[in-house]
Amino acid sequence: MIRNAREGTEATSDRHENAIRTRNLNLWYGDFQALLDVDLQIKKGVVTAVIGPSGCGKSTLLRSVNRINERLGYVRITGGIEVLGHDVYEDGVSLPRLRKEVGMVFQRPNPLPISIRDNVLFSLDLHGTRDQGPGKGVKEEIVERCLRRVLLWDSVKDRLQAKATKLSLAEQQKLCIARLLPVKPSILLMDEPCSALDPKGTAAVEELIWELRGVYTILIVTHNMAQARRVSEECVFMLMGRIVEHSLTEDMFAAPKEKQTADYIEGRYG
Amino acid sequence: MFQATKRDVRNKNVEFLWRLLFLTMTVLLVLPVLIILATLIVKGGPAISLGFLFLEPTNGMTEGGIFPALVGTLWLVAVALLISVPLGVAAALYLSEYAPDNWLTRVINLAIINLAGVPSIVHALFGVGAFVLFFGFGTSILAASLTLAVMTLPVVIVTTRESLLAVPRAFREACWSMGATRWQTIRRVVLPNAVSGILTGVILEVSRTAGETAPIMLTGAVFFLPFLPQGIFDQTMALSLHLFVISTQVPNVPEHLPYGVALVLIAMVLMLNAASIGFRVYLRGRKKW
Repeated sequence: MIRNAREGTEATSDRHENAIRTRNLNLWYGDFQALLDVDLQIKKGVVTAVIGPSGCGKSTLLRSVNRINERLGYVRITGGIEVLGHDVYEDGVSLPRLRKEVGMVFQRPNPLPISIRDNVLFSLDLHGTRDQGPGKGVKEEIVERCLRRVLLWDSVKDRLQAKATKLSLAEQQKLCIARLLPVKPSILLMDEPCSALDPKGTAAVEELIWELRGVYTILIVTHNMAQARRVSEECVFMLMGRIVEHSLTEDMFAAPKEKQTADYIEGRYG
Repeated sequence: MFQATKRDVRNKNVEFLWRLLFLTMTVLLVLPVLIILATLIVKGGPAISLGFLFLEPTNGMTEGGIFPALVGTLWLVAVALLISVPLGVAAALYLSEYAPDNWLTRVINLAIINLAGVPSIVHALFGVGAFVLFFGFGTSILAASLTLAVMTLPVVIVTTRESLLAVPRAFREACWSMGATRWQTIRRVVLPNAVSGILTGVILEVSRTAGETAPIMLTGAVFFLPFLPQGIFDQTMALSLHLFVISTQVPNVPEHLPYGVALVLIAMVLMLNAASIGFRVYLRGRKKW
């Protein structure tokens, strides 16, 4: 992996402000370059939306933060990504540790085919040690707390043993967020979390994202500009694998600095 | 306006003919099975009795029961399953969950499929060379079951792999994104959702293992043994070989005897299958273990 030349000059100052920082990130799928020189700083506790036409690399960017991309096998990366000030592509980085800290929500809700309760506790089972896991009462408390946090408790509290796949899609998506919370992540990556939902479900999940703002750093990919406008505080516009513009959401939609951004926002392409 | 044209009528007739052809073929497939079962029940039924099941053959195998062969076949099937199921499932897990998709794994896959096409007598000779002689197990239940296990491994591997592939990728992604290791993913999500398909492979294997004659004839099964096997290093009788012997090698066997043996063999396979189907239904209901 090629180290970035600028490393060291500004590495220490932003330790406590940036949740995610990419340096000169380039990524190839085989011969196709999906990301070009991406330099990005994502602030802690802020909801940042990544927008852009399909194929612009926004999902790829998201998927390199928790290194879930590597499963594909033919992915090559240069440059670096720091999460909470630590390079995640360094040797000796434990992927389970990284993914515990950086939770991910997928486009299509993917609860496991087990009960609602077990879905919430799944990550604890993965990361907890066998003998010092939480006791029975504590577990029920965690389930309730996490489900309350995602505004799901009231509708499922009487059927915690029901299969998670029986829930409505919006409820499933909320559950997928809830199941990340027991292991206390600090960053949530959301890859078009509402695109499989109906308008009502979308509104519910957006409300939840707004609710989680400040507590978690949220990086959300969306092709829906209205959604980016509604839920995010900062906005990143990507085109053909490059970052075109990164600014406060209100500024980007009111007065985009780049012509390409303006054209996209106004719907001239996309 | 909606009257059928000539063309429509012709289409309809062609449609009917094809449908009839496919239906006929299906009936032709089922018919032999029914005829075989009926013949066995009619001709072999009179032979079945408690004595037939629980006594040993007497008077040059023209009288008495089949108990040693029955027990022997159960031994062979059980030991073969104990060997091939863990081995086959582990290999399938490696191939579908761990191995990268490169030329080596493709060669391995091809080899497995080809192994399924090897005639059973060739497996028998391999068993003699490898297990009886080279490993020095002698002609024994162990050698025979190992031979049967090698022969049925491709079935277990292929059906297991198919059922692993049928587990939606989204489940695995969900696990990985939460930081699950591959083993945690397999143990908690992939296996519980694939187990019923794996059992289907086991069912197929039971049928084949119980019925094979050639591989065990050279490696561990004998014509006649006046006592039951005490362990895996003993020789044994087996139903399939017993059937072969009394229908071709022994003179003056009453006609109902071979039919009775065949009926018992089929009934045993069907019962073993029914048991694993029951187990499969039970597991499907739970989806968690």
